[in-house]
Amino acid sequence: MSNTMNTSSTAGFISARRLLFWSGIVALCAWVLVPIYLVALGALGGRTGAYQWPKNFLPTDISLQPFLLFLRTEGVFQSFLNSLGAAGITVALSIALGAPAGYALARYNFRGKDSYRLLVLLTRAFPLAILALPLTVSYIRLGLYDTVLGVGLIHTVLALPFAALVTQGIFLGVPRELEEAAWVFGCTRIQAFFKVVAPLALPGLVATAVFAFVISWNEVFAASVLTVRHRTLTAYLLTVLSESPMHYRFAGGLMLILPSVVFIFAVRRYLFAIWGVSSK
Amino acid sequence: MANIVIENIKKSFGAFQALKGVSLTINDGEFVSLLGPSGCGKTTLLRIIAGLETSTSGDVLIGEKSVIGLPPKDRGLAMVFQNYAVFPHMTVYENVAFGLRMQKADDARVKKQVEKAAGLLHIEPYLDRYPNKLSGGQRQRVAVARALAVEPGVLLMDEPLSNLDALLRLEMRTELKTVLQEAGTTTIYVTHDQTEAMGLSDRIAVVHDGRIEQVGTPVEVYNHPATRFVGGFIGNPPMNFITMPVTNGQVAAGSQQFAVPAQGGEIVLGLRGEAVERAQSGQGLDMQVRVAEPMGSHLLLTGSIFGQPARVILPATETVKNGETVGLTLDPKRLTWLSPESGVSYPAAA
Repeated sequence: MSNTMNTSSTAGFISARRLLFWSGIVALCAWVLVPIYLVALGALGGRTGAYQWPKNFLPTDISLQPFLLFLRTEGVFQSFLNSLGAAGITVALSIALGAPAGYALARYNFRGKDSYRLLVLLTRAFPLAILALPLTVSYIRLGLYDTVLGVGLIHTVLALPFAALVTQGIFLGVPRELEEAAWVFGCTRIQAFFKVVAPLALPGLVATAVFAFVISWNEVFAASVLTVRHRTLTAYLLTVLSESPMHYRFAGGLMLILPSVVFIFAVRRYLFAIWGVSSK
Repeated sequence: MANIVIENIKKSFGAFQALKGVSLTINDGEFVSLLGPSGCGKTTLLRIIAGLETSTSGDVLIGEKSVIGLPPKDRGLAMVFQNYAVFPHMTVYENVAFGLRMQKADDARVKKQVEKAAGLLHIEPYLDRYPNKLSGGQRQRVAVARALAVEPGVLLMDEPLSNLDALLRLEMRTELKTVLQEAGTTTIYVTHDQTEAMGLSDRIAVVHDGRIEQVGTPVEVYNHPATRFVGGFIGNPPMNFITMPVTNGQVAAGSQQFAVPAQGGEIVLGLRGEAVERAQSGQGLDMQVRVAEPMGSHLLLTGSIFGQPARVILPATETVKNGETVGLTLDPKRLTWLSPESGVSYPAAA
């Protein structure tokens, strides 16, 4: 008798836990997905959909037409490409420069290591607004003003400190003994890095790349200041949206969200520790 | 195959001297253990031999050739690490093949060597698996197979069994001995576990505080420790050290008289717990027993001799009560005499 009561209360406990678990998942998903969904509805619903009240939460009245119209608007597609270009440069440079710095911080002891790490972060303590004027002047002199490369470079400056510090943590997570084993069994330091350390650090490096991408993609101030005709999407939308109808604004928002989502979705596999040991 | 000569190796980390001048010669095909408590410098010495650490001064010769300054890959050695260090992103096969691939061996040779090493270590069924699907013991086998596959001149092992549970450790110890005897590789084995060192080694080098205290066969080191430290570190229970008065070059222990290498004053007797027998009543050296523990295979007595703490072992057939006084006869061939000042033992009597 007491035995059955016991099992039923255990079962109750388990189902309560399960309920809590799933409601947590649902809440987290809703937190992210509902705003995206609403933006998408606004973008695809056209003029009437955007202003309609009360809102229709079901996607009954939508078509791709308003969004395509938005895409064909002068400058949108070009600025989208500019944004991709700037983000690509940022990702490539942040990894190419940040990962070696992170590796050095993780594996070597040198004088001034701690102050170096602090200094790296301090670059972010400078408000970009103060730098805007001198930066613009130098960019004009260097011929970088109003170029995608110029925007990519300044976004790299923003992303690099984090890339260095985050990759340090990643390389610290790759056991030193694995690297030493590679040396003993015939690798030079460089070979050991590419054969053993890099494959194990890959998930973390990909996460760093995502991070750099998002920093560049979302950055609006430097991009607005440093470009006139070759605007990135954020800078372009900032200037034109205030004069645009509501459904154009939604379309712009959707376009800002989509690439990040697609990019993260594409690399999600690498965000998890594939071999189950990358941090052991 | 190669011999190893270590000449006066010193290593300092800042003000801390990890190695204070270590010299050791290891013959071709010999199995030598570096045995010592943690922090004594034994792992540092191994890493210097491997080239993973630089020495402050001194020389290491492998096969008559100085290897100081060479990177690890050019020293002709293989290593088994404490945490196995098998590559998690490669299959067991690729792990074992790693060294051969780096030597640019052709596929046929790789296959032959991998199969041979896998056969020795009984890991053929797992060759296609990734290490995260293996248990600790299986990973350790992979690590050993990876080292043997390259047929190294020298094999270095850094506490390879310390992460295994007790039962598995015993099993792997026996197996390692068989495998390594078959391979005939010169091996340096670092451990803090004296039973591992005793069981596996041709010779043991006892390391203490950055120095080698004694080098000898397991039996030599056990029966005639060079210093008080060695006697206390090796053996379970550890060697007893009993300070005794000397009169005219003789020490009296109950009815027994021993000629000792000192004329007067005091001398320290190094007594192995099992180097005694129970004496006839009224004779022998008196031991006041505080606790008697029947261990099944033997009887362990803890108490005092000459007022100094001591532990001795009697056959399981004896019965002794707590608080009793027993007389002990000492085996004259198994006694070590040490200087009370320096703690160094006198040479064994011929």
